[in-house]
Amino acid sequence: MKSERTPALERVTERLHALLIWIDARFPLSKMWREHISEYYAPKNFNFWYYFGSLAMLVLVLQIVTGIFLTMSYKPSAAEAFASVEYIMRDVNWGWLIRYMHSTGASAIFIVVYLHMFRAVLYGSYKKPRELLWLFGMLIYVALMAEAFFGYLLPWGQMSYWGAQVIVSLFGAIPFGIGEALVEWVRGDYFISDITLNRFFALHVIAVPFALVFLVIAHILALHEVGSNNPDGIEIKENKDADGIPRDGIPFHPYYTVKDIMGVAVFLALFSAVVFFAPEMGGYFLEHANFEPANSLKTPEHIAPVWYFTPFYAILRAVPDKLMGVLLMGAAIVVLFILPWLDRSPVRSIRYRGWIFKLAVTLFAISFLALGYLGLQPVSATFTLAARVFTAIYFMFFLLMPFYTRWDRTKPVPDRVTFHV
Amino acid sequence: MFGVMALGALVLSPPVFAAGSGAAKMEPANNVLGNVRSLQRGARNFVNYCMGCHSAKYVRYNRLADDLQLSEQQVTDNLMFVGEKLLDTMDIAMDPLDAGRWFGQVPPDLSLIARAKGTDYVFNYLKGFYLDPDRRNGTDNLFLPGASMPHVLWELQGLQKPVYEAIIDANGDVHKIMAGFEQVTEGLLNTEEYDQFVRDLTNFLEYISEPVKLERQKLGVRVLLFLLVFFLFSYLLKQEYWKDIK
Repeated sequence: MKSERTPALERVTERLHALLIWIDARFPLSKMWREHISEYYAPKNFNFWYYFGSLAMLVLVLQIVTGIFLTMSYKPSAAEAFASVEYIMRDVNWGWLIRYMHSTGASAIFIVVYLHMFRAVLYGSYKKPRELLWLFGMLIYVALMAEAFFGYLLPWGQMSYWGAQVIVSLFGAIPFGIGEALVEWVRGDYFISDITLNRFFALHVIAVPFALVFLVIAHILALHEVGSNNPDGIEIKENKDADGIPRDGIPFHPYYTVKDIMGVAVFLALFSAVVFFAPEMGGYFLEHANFEPANSLKTPEHIAPVWYFTPFYAILRAVPDKLMGVLLMGAAIVVLFILPWLDRSPVRSIRYRGWIFKLAVTLFAISFLALGYLGLQPVSATFTLAARVFTAIYFMFFLLMPFYTRWDRTKPVPDRVTFHV
Repeated sequence: MFGVMALGALVLSPPVFAAGSGAAKMEPANNVLGNVRSLQRGARNFVNYCMGCHSAKYVRYNRLADDLQLSEQQVTDNLMFVGEKLLDTMDIAMDPLDAGRWFGQVPPDLSLIARAKGTDYVFNYLKGFYLDPDRRNGTDNLFLPGASMPHVLWELQGLQKPVYEAIIDANGDVHKIMAGFEQVTEGLLNTEEYDQFVRDLTNFLEYISEPVKLERQKLGVRVLLFLLVFFLFSYLLKQEYWKDIK
């Protein structure tokens, strides 16, 4: 398509071009655009699972922007916090929308990130040379958990209060008098109080978001250094044309920008369905008990963390000894960090792995979901037994991985990427 | 596989809704939030019967006027009794310290009670008072055993006493369980009228727990329609760019 340009428009274009040259002489703007967007070659066979990276960034931005607006009306004090949230919900123009976007976004980011991480497991995206990329991702995940935990105290509802009480007291399991002192140091008081709320606010709005943004940048830089993996687990850089461009690569812009925009449209539709029609999501995104102000004298009948923590909470409760439970819960997260070194398979993608890995991944996914469900339920003998079984499966997936990935019979990997419909 | 079977069994059991004692069976409240007349009656019931002791301190009178389709004059005349201003919230004059001494605990603010406990709970709680000579108030509540609130609406509902039924469990032990209520004295309202009174009140409590609820649903439809159109364009754009990629 050729467009007719008026002289006036021609002049504006010339001026803008001159401005770009001026900037490029002082800052690598065009260079960065090329390196990370227009000449970043991504494999052309990305499938459904590859939407969640860009969606995670979208939700992070949404959380930061809505968070800034919430901060303008929220009061981080035990006496006023609960009332200030209701003030946002009722008296601030569009406050309810900003608040529901933020509360729904908290759950949405975990859904998106869990799918993003599972994608890496399916296609072996953590394997060499992407170990550091995976480690940055894991640090992002841990920072997200911290961010969610600190943020959950801020509405100062019953579940905020008692959830924080339970989780902070976990540190108390550490022996030799360290635990108790540590808990006191974290709370800044002998119980969860105004002081705790204030410091959690500081950590939630400054410290952790700052770390998160830094880690996301590191994650993307690492990705663009090694290049994206793909559903076939093939290294597209090993097959380049005469111009040095991977034969199976396409520029991120415009191909993946337009594709990701489509993904964004679908995601926003689902996100809006929750925000506008079910912001409480049946008590899973906003818990019923959190509509009661925090009361240090009244323990709720049933304390459960928000759904995204419940797989680990179920592991904690599956162990009779508190200290061992805390250690095992920690181990459940730590073991994810060493995943790149546990996998000994010669191939990356599940498409070319044997039945043992496929079975292992299936059992792992089932046990993670089941633990998530169990963590929401009140304790009972049957549920505790089930939690133990699924905890065992969860850990066996990782601990036996060095063995079964070596025994597993893999299929030959093709030279070029393939499309699966 | 044990794991798969256990998961199946788990998925089938419904999630818990923590609301007071789960033992007693609750009737559905069946209130309709869009019914403005019901909300108006509920507001009247609330200020006349509840607001002696319970505040709704996050709710502003002028907002009531807007949402309940009442003029400011109507709100001032019918819902405001002690010289409040329209911009005031529905607060009460009772000192919490006194309240604690009189009732054993401070009557909670009701702004969010319907969201915290659910509308069914509110509806059933208000119908669940029964005579119990062991209690200080002379009544207890089926849905909140040991309730410190007296049966404020006794005049309307009348008084009821529990009917017990003996059941024999698998071990042959006899248990007494509450099977229902029996009317002891007639109230000013018959059963249907009382149900409607309580339903209107429940409706009003649901409204004040989230005044924006109907508005957000209405806006949500438009947002989703926009996103549908946006999706169609983004899909066509993607297809246009991707048609050469093989």
